[in-house]
Amino acid sequence: MSNVRVLVGTRKGAFILTSDGKRENWDVSGPHFAGWEIYHVKGSDADPNRIYASQTSGWFGQIIQRSDDGGKRWFQPGTPAGEPTTTPDGMPKGESNKFVYDASEETGKPLTTHQFYDGTPKPWEFKRVWHLEPSIDDPNTVYAGIEDAALFRSTNGGETWQELPGLRGHGTGSQWQPGAGGMCLHTIILDKANRDRIYVAISAAGAFRSDDAGVTWKPINQGLRSQYIPDPTAEVGHCVHHIAKHPSKSNVLFMQKHWDVLRSDNAGDLWTEVSGNLPTDFGFVIDVHAHEPETIYVVPIKSDSEHYPPDGKLRVYRSRTGGNEWEALTNGLPQSNCYVNVLRDAMAVDSLDSCGVYFGTTGGQVYASPDGGDTWAPIVRDLPPVLSVEVQTLT
Amino acid sequence: MIVVVLPAHLRSLAGVTGDVQLEVDGPVTRHSILDALEARYPMLRGTIRDHVGGERRPLLRFFACGEDVTHESAEAPLPEAIASGAEPFFIIGAIAGG
Repeated sequence: MSNVRVLVGTRKGAFILTSDGKRENWDVSGPHFAGWEIYHVKGSDADPNRIYASQTSGWFGQIIQRSDDGGKRWFQPGTPAGEPTTTPDGMPKGESNKFVYDASEETGKPLTTHQFYDGTPKPWEFKRVWHLEPSIDDPNTVYAGIEDAALFRSTNGGETWQELPGLRGHGTGSQWQPGAGGMCLHTIILDKANRDRIYVAISAAGAFRSDDAGVTWKPINQGLRSQYIPDPTAEVGHCVHHIAKHPSKSNVLFMQKHWDVLRSDNAGDLWTEVSGNLPTDFGFVIDVHAHEPETIYVVPIKSDSEHYPPDGKLRVYRSRTGGNEWEALTNGLPQSNCYVNVLRDAMAVDSLDSCGVYFGTTGGQVYASPDGGDTWAPIVRDLPPVLSVEVQTLT
Repeated sequence: MIVVVLPAHLRSLAGVTGDVQLEVDGPVTRHSILDALEARYPMLRGTIRDHVGGERRPLLRFFACGEDVTHESAEAPLPEAIASGAEPFFIIGAIAGG
């Protein structure tokens, strides 16, 4: 029988929630890395026991953690447990936490500044890792989306990291600005059907695509309309909150933008709004059913200043038509006095026959639906504010 | 033997439960203490000062013998009481937030 492992990052540590395929009874382990902000925890499809975690702190900076046994034991991959803590010549290790922007002449793009909130130029400055995306095939290859926005890759299990400089250097980088949460690269999507294709999204710059494994990039923001920027249809500057994609559909993307829910059927070349009858089209999360590529989920949030559900009712909205026609899912979710938020990386699905849907809130609840959203129940109710939720289906 | 007091987060990261004791070669300065600390506990690299440029992380402060030495030169000799281990060298996270 299959099991499910839910990886939860919170403001004060990581938690691992496990259950059998019924998804009724859950074991909770944690907090791992207690007291630290855990922006993201994600396992490798190629080796489910390989899990990467982004551990970060405004005081102490960035730490990359790795587990090779499904989250029981963790170590910093640049300082393997049990190995000498210095190199033969006496130099310390700890390289796994080192993210250095590529400004070499060899790249031909000595990148300098992006825009600050007020439009003034500001040098890139590393702050933290928002998202870790393990390679589809190789557990030792993993991508990191960072703030200030850039894409890094490790090919040695997180021991060392190198930037893919073509993203920042493709030509629009000087126009990127931070969103309210900082100038973060928060979404990385690898394409099973086209291994050279990578999608990323940046707040507030937009969506970008590479068709050559990350060497060259182009903005894919045509069709987006953002009233809060000087040119609502600009090539870049859009505050994309999250993008989701079904593994079987190489060219179909779904986006939750600051305002608006959109889809693209041509790999992002053109987007069409599908907000339809949503009560508000502001929100952060969006995800796709594991077995139904046109069934998508969002959690509408009232507005960009009121980060909680409309009317105090926590409702997931599901569209079975790829957008435009939405139904509220409320069974098991609080329908009064609920004022939590659901952050951009805090929704995920499992791949069991009856698709499970999961999301975490800033109130510390992690909700699970074992039936594609028809019914919901909290796995845990009182964690620290949830930053991210990922799910592994284990066979 | 130099005695260093770490913030709780860095103690847990380094896997130590109390104060840290270090041998420091040459003059005892903030620079040499941090070099010795990072050599003994490489997992702390980048958590106190920047990986590349070596700048102090903005929300950290250093105290020696009750004096704030955060803004002193990293190469300035620290008091004899620090060098002898009679007094600990404090690395402190700034109080920020509620």
